[in-house]
Amino acid sequence: MKLEVSVGKRLGAFTLEAAFASDGGVTALFGRSGSGKTSVLNAIAGLLRPERGRIALDGEPLFDAAAGVDVAVHRRRIGYVFQEGRLLPHITVRQNLLYGRRFAHGDGAVSLEKVTELLGLASLLERRPHDLSGGEKQRVAIGRALLADPRLLLMDEPLAALDAPRKSEILYYIERLRDEVRVPIVYVSHSLDEVVRIADTIVVMSEGRALDSGPLNETMARMELRPYLGRFEGGAVIEAHVGEQDLEMGLARLDFAGGALYAPDVDALVGERVRVRIRARDVSLATVRPEAISMLNVLPGTLKALGEGAGASIDVQIDVAGTLLLARVTRKSVAALGLAPGRPVYALVKAVAIDRHSVGWA
Amino acid sequence: MLLTPAELEVLGLSLKVAFWGVLCSLPVALALAYLLARADFPGKILLDGIVHLPLVLPPVVIGYLLLVLLGRNGPLGAWLAEHLGIVFAFRWTGAALAASVMGLPLAVRAMRQSIEAVDRRLEAAASTLGAPPLAVFASVTLPLILPGVLNGMLLSFARSLGEFGATITFVSNIPGETQTLPLAIYSLTQVPGGDAQALRLCVLAVALSLSALVVSEVLLRRARRRAHGA
Repeated sequence: MKLEVSVGKRLGAFTLEAAFASDGGVTALFGRSGSGKTSVLNAIAGLLRPERGRIALDGEPLFDAAAGVDVAVHRRRIGYVFQEGRLLPHITVRQNLLYGRRFAHGDGAVSLEKVTELLGLASLLERRPHDLSGGEKQRVAIGRALLADPRLLLMDEPLAALDAPRKSEILYYIERLRDEVRVPIVYVSHSLDEVVRIADTIVVMSEGRALDSGPLNETMARMELRPYLGRFEGGAVIEAHVGEQDLEMGLARLDFAGGALYAPDVDALVGERVRVRIRARDVSLATVRPEAISMLNVLPGTLKALGEGAGASIDVQIDVAGTLLLARVTRKSVAALGLAPGRPVYALVKAVAIDRHSVGWA
Repeated sequence: MLLTPAELEVLGLSLKVAFWGVLCSLPVALALAYLLARADFPGKILLDGIVHLPLVLPPVVIGYLLLVLLGRNGPLGAWLAEHLGIVFAFRWTGAALAASVMGLPLAVRAMRQSIEAVDRRLEAAASTLGAPPLAVFASVTLPLILPGVLNGMLLSFARSLGEFGATITFVSNIPGETQTLPLAIYSLTQVPGGDAQALRLCVLAVALSLSALVVSEVLLRRARRRAHGA
């Protein structure tokens, strides 16, 4: 699967100007509310007509302003899971699920049985959307989109209307979708937790523009994107595999190119690949290896870049044997320790700072 | 209370006229309602006004216009009679036409409101699932507006049962052909000693209208429940 998007359109107060490409897996469109993420999704689905640009799926143009191509929504075969579910209220869950089937060509990749099993829908089939909870509605909406045999699945903040336990439940189902059905997904979110857990590629959006896009771990460590990736929640994402699970202590050892990282309550088996976000604010720096401290993760590296800014804190990029980490430290500390690019430093991370929202399967 | 054969004839004719009037105006009303609810075109306000004319014009004006246009010597009436063999003048079909024209604004209003109330995001969702526009209309829009369509048909039906001015002007008051319930009551009040019979027909009219209202309310509730999935 290859998706190419390059669209422009005036939308009220701002101009949408977004260009990115995706090679499959989960692509996250990340940005604040009103940054144009949903407009991009609508343009891909055909619900919004751009003024200029081109959208192509596997080389086949869906929209091309220059060539006058604009494939009708119902011919695009792009599934869409909306924020509010949008189930048809006058028919049952089963009829909702099978709605797209009669228009789909061929037998499709997945059966009703498979989708019912995958999303845990068996007990809901004869019910009406009216009687479903928010989480159940979203599961049905995902199943309905899948059964229409889409070439690509769009998801517009599918968790926004749900409470925390439901969020993690639906995320689990989306992960299964990604790993078992292998349908490419474009996922809109303003939550880094969600993005880190499921995305392979991230497109950072702000005020209608796609600022940058690329593999999640590379893009998350980019200094110039720091203001857009969340001052509070932002941080580098590293790929690792579970080297050891110490069940007695409840700690997992996650091995990555730059060494090993200890984290609590990691919900993965030894050998499985995971993705870990380490928030910049959870990383401290030392110029000599500290001893007799409680921090389990002491990673030797080299200071690569210093961020700019006149505030109290400053972002620092550290190269740990090829893996980039971000740390947020005070300007006072930078001055006191004489931190500058090229200096060897130790990055210190509390194991308990890596909570379950920061770890996802890769 | 048993009805006399004459009363049965009047009742049957009234129902026939109202039924066919509503049925034939349904596609027209639905199309107009859809156009007014969804489309944006120059002259929309004018069309809206024309649709509403029967509501505000004296019915006798509508009846007279129909007579001029569709009477035997009217431009459209003569053409229809000659080429299609359709005659409205002084026939029950003319009464049905008058009834449907008078009921049209009520039907269009009810249907238009229900179309405007449809969540268009549901239609968008259906099209992302591969449904072409006509299928979206049939499988999403229509079921959702069904209560409004029923309501419009009922209002139009009730209006048809009571239609008097346009009917008597257009197709006259011919017993067995165009003499519907209101016309029969009118005739009876014009002859000496007809009061008792007129009163019987009045009771019949009340019973008829009331049962139409009750039946439609039941249908409406059922349709609403279905449309909202409760």
